[in-house]
Amino acid sequence: MKTPPVTDAGVDTADPVIALDRVSKTYAGGVHALRDVSLTVRAGELLAVVGRSGSGKSSMLHLMGTLDQPSTGHVLVRGHDVAQLSDRRLSAVRAHWIGFVFQQFFLAPGRTALDNVAEGMLYHGIPAGRRRTLAAEALDRVGLGHRMAHRPQEMSGGERQRTAIARAIAVRPAVVLADEPTGNLDSAAGAGVLSLFHDLHSQGTTIVVITHDPVLAAQLPRRIELLDGRVRSDSGVGVVPEGAPR
Amino acid sequence: MSPAPLPRTPRLLPADLARVGLAGMRSRPTRAILSALGIAIGIAAMVAVLGISNASSADLTNKISRLGTNLLTVSPGRDLFGDSTQLPVDAIGMVRRIGPVQSATATGSVPGATVRRNDRIDPLASGGIAVVAARTDLLGTIGGTVHSGVFLNAATSRYPAVVLGSVAASRLGIDRPGGQVYLANRWFTVIGLLDPVALAPEVDRAALVGWEAAGSLLGFDGHPTTVYERSPDESVEAVRSVLAATADPQNPQNVQVSRPSDALQAQLAAKSAFTSLFLGLGAVALLVGGVGVANTMVISVLERRPEIGLRRSLGAARGQIRLQFLAESVALSGLGGAVGVVLGAAITAGWAAYQGWHVVMPVTVLLGGVAAAAAIGTAAGLYPATRAARLTPTQALSTV
Ligand SMILES: Nc1ncnc2c1ncn2[C@@H]1O[C@H](COP(=O)(O)OP(=O)(O)O)[C@@H](O)[C@H]1O
Ligand SMILES: [Mg+2]
Repeated sequence: MKTPPVTDAGVDTADPVIALDRVSKTYAGGVHALRDVSLTVRAGELLAVVGRSGSGKSSMLHLMGTLDQPSTGHVLVRGHDVAQLSDRRLSAVRAHWIGFVFQQFFLAPGRTALDNVAEGMLYHGIPAGRRRTLAAEALDRVGLGHRMAHRPQEMSGGERQRTAIARAIAVRPAVVLADEPTGNLDSAAGAGVLSLFHDLHSQGTTIVVITHDPVLAAQLPRRIELLDGRVRSDSGVGVVPEGAPR
Repeated sequence: MSPAPLPRTPRLLPADLARVGLAGMRSRPTRAILSALGIAIGIAAMVAVLGISNASSADLTNKISRLGTNLLTVSPGRDLFGDSTQLPVDAIGMVRRIGPVQSATATGSVPGATVRRNDRIDPLASGGIAVVAARTDLLGTIGGTVHSGVFLNAATSRYPAVVLGSVAASRLGIDRPGGQVYLANRWFTVIGLLDPVALAPEVDRAALVGWEAAGSLLGFDGHPTTVYERSPDESVEAVRSVLAATADPQNPQNVQVSRPSDALQAQLAAKSAFTSLFLGLGAVALLVGGVGVANTMVISVLERRPEIGLRRSLGAARGQIRLQFLAESVALSGLGGAVGVVLGAAITAGWAAYQGWHVVMPVTVLLGGVAAAAAIGTAAGLYPATRAARLTPTQALSTV
C-alpha cells in the first residue's frame, strides 16, 4: 500500500468537511460521553479514532454524521451548523454528503449485494435503473464486481463489510464514517477492509474510522485518541493525497 | 470559504414507496397472511352480506312487481258485539261497479265441511284444510297458476269436483289430479292442483269447490268471505277508500280491507333490518382485523429498529419512514381486503346460484370493500408508523 505524498498546499487549503467546535454530549441520565471536543476533518483525510470502550468514539461519530445533536458546542458539516437544520435537511445531508459503515453491516438478508447497495440510494431521487448502475460501479470499486448477485448469507464477513462500504461510497459522499468496521471480522478480513480504505483514500475519499485495534490505527495517517470523552491526543492533520477534492 | 449549498431530500418515487411498503410483507409472509386474515374475513362477511341481501331483495322486488301491488281484499270483520259478520251476497257485483276496478272475484268458506283422503280417516284430523267455494275467475285475479289438471269452469262448478291448493294437496298426500277425496261426506273428484299463490296464501290451504256445487251439495249460503279485486296501480288508493262502503253499504265499519302485497313489502323492510345487523357484525370483525394489523405493525416497528436506523443514516427523513410503515400497513390490510372481496363475491355467487337468484354484485360494494380495507390499514398503521418516525437515528441504531 503506497502512501501518497504530502503536499503543504493540500494540507493548508483542503476544505473542512466536518468541524467540531467545543462539543459536549451528555445523555439523559447524566453520562458525559463527550467533553469539550474540538477538531476538524478536512477533505481527503483518512483518520483513525481510537480509545477504550466507552470513551465516546461512537458518540462522536454520530455527532459528525448528524445522527445526533450536541448538548453544547457546534457541529459544522461543510460549513453548515447541524443545529440549524430541519430533519428533512439533515436527512438530505446524510444522504448526499455522509456515508456510514457499521460494525454490524446492516445488509438486508434476502437481497443481493447489488440490491443492497442500490437500496442505499433510495433517498436521493435517483431512478431505479441508475441506482443499479451506480451500485455496480461501487461494487467494482470495492473489488466485489464478481459477487453482485450474491446474498449476504453467501458471502464472507469481509465481503459483507465491503458490500456495506460500497453502499456508503456509491454516491461519492464528502466523508465516510466507519464505526468499528473490522470489529466483527477476523484479522485478515480486517486488514483487507483497512487496505480498501487506503485505496479509497488514495482516490480522494475522506474517511474517519473508529477502531480499537492499535495495529490497524498505526497504519493510518492521522490518529485521534479519546479518553473519557476528551481528546487525549491528535497526531495532527495527516496525509491528504494529491488530487483530493478541494 | 462559503459553505457548499445544502442538498435536498426529494420525494420517494411511487414505485419505490410501493416496493419498500411490500418489503416487510415479503420478508415475513406467514405473519402477513395471518394478520391480513382478520381483515379478509371481515371484508368477506360484509361483501357477502351486502351481495346476498342485494340479490335477495332484487329477487323479492322482482316478485312484487311481477305479482303487482294492486290486489285488494275485502273480508268481513266483527261487529260491535264481537260477533263475526257477513258480506252481502251481492258484494262482488257491487265491487265490480266501482269505476277503476278491472276484476273482482271471491271465495266463500263452507262452514263445517272437511276434506279427507278417504272415508276411513277421522274427520277431526282434517289437517287444517278449509273447504272453500270459488268463483271460476279466481285464479286470474289473485295471480294463481294451475300446477296440474285444470281449474273449475262453468260446467265443473256444478259437479262434485275439487281443486286443491298446494299445501292442501301435499297434506292430503295427493300429487296428481284424477283421484277422489272424501269431502263433507261425499266423494269429490280432484280435477286440478294449484301452484303456491304468493299474494293469497290462504288459497294454498284450501280445497276449492264450485260456487254452485257448494250451494247445492254442501249447503253454502252464498255469502263471500273474501272478495279479491284488482284495479290500475294509480287508482288503488281511490278504490281502497270506497271499497268497504261499496262491499257492505249497511255496515261498512265491519268490513276489513287489506293489501296482500303489503306483507311482501314488509318482508323487504325486515330484510334490510337484518342486513344492517349483519353489516354491524361484519364491521366488528373488520375492527378486530384492524387491531390485528395495528398489532403486527407495532411488533414490526420494534423488530425493525436497526433497519429504521440504517435508513435514517442513508438519508431517510422522518416523513419517509412514516410513509414506509403506513404503506406497509395499507398493503397488509389491502391484501386482506382484496382476498375478502373475492371471497365475499364467491360466497354471494354460490348462494345466489343455490337459491336460483339472479346474481347482483354492485361494483360499489367491491370497490368499497377494498377502500374500507385501505382506510383501516391507514388507521391501523398511523400509530406504529408515527412511532417508527419518532425514533431518533441513534435510538434506532443502538438496539443492536
Ligand atoms: N443513547 C445513550 N444513552 C445513554 N448513554 C449512552 C448512550 N450512548 C452511549 N452512552 C454512553 O456514553 C458513553 C460513551 O459511549 P460510546 O460513544 O458508545 O463509546 P465508544 O463507542 O467509545 O465505546 C458510554 O458510557 C455509554 O454508555
Ligand atoms: Mg462504540
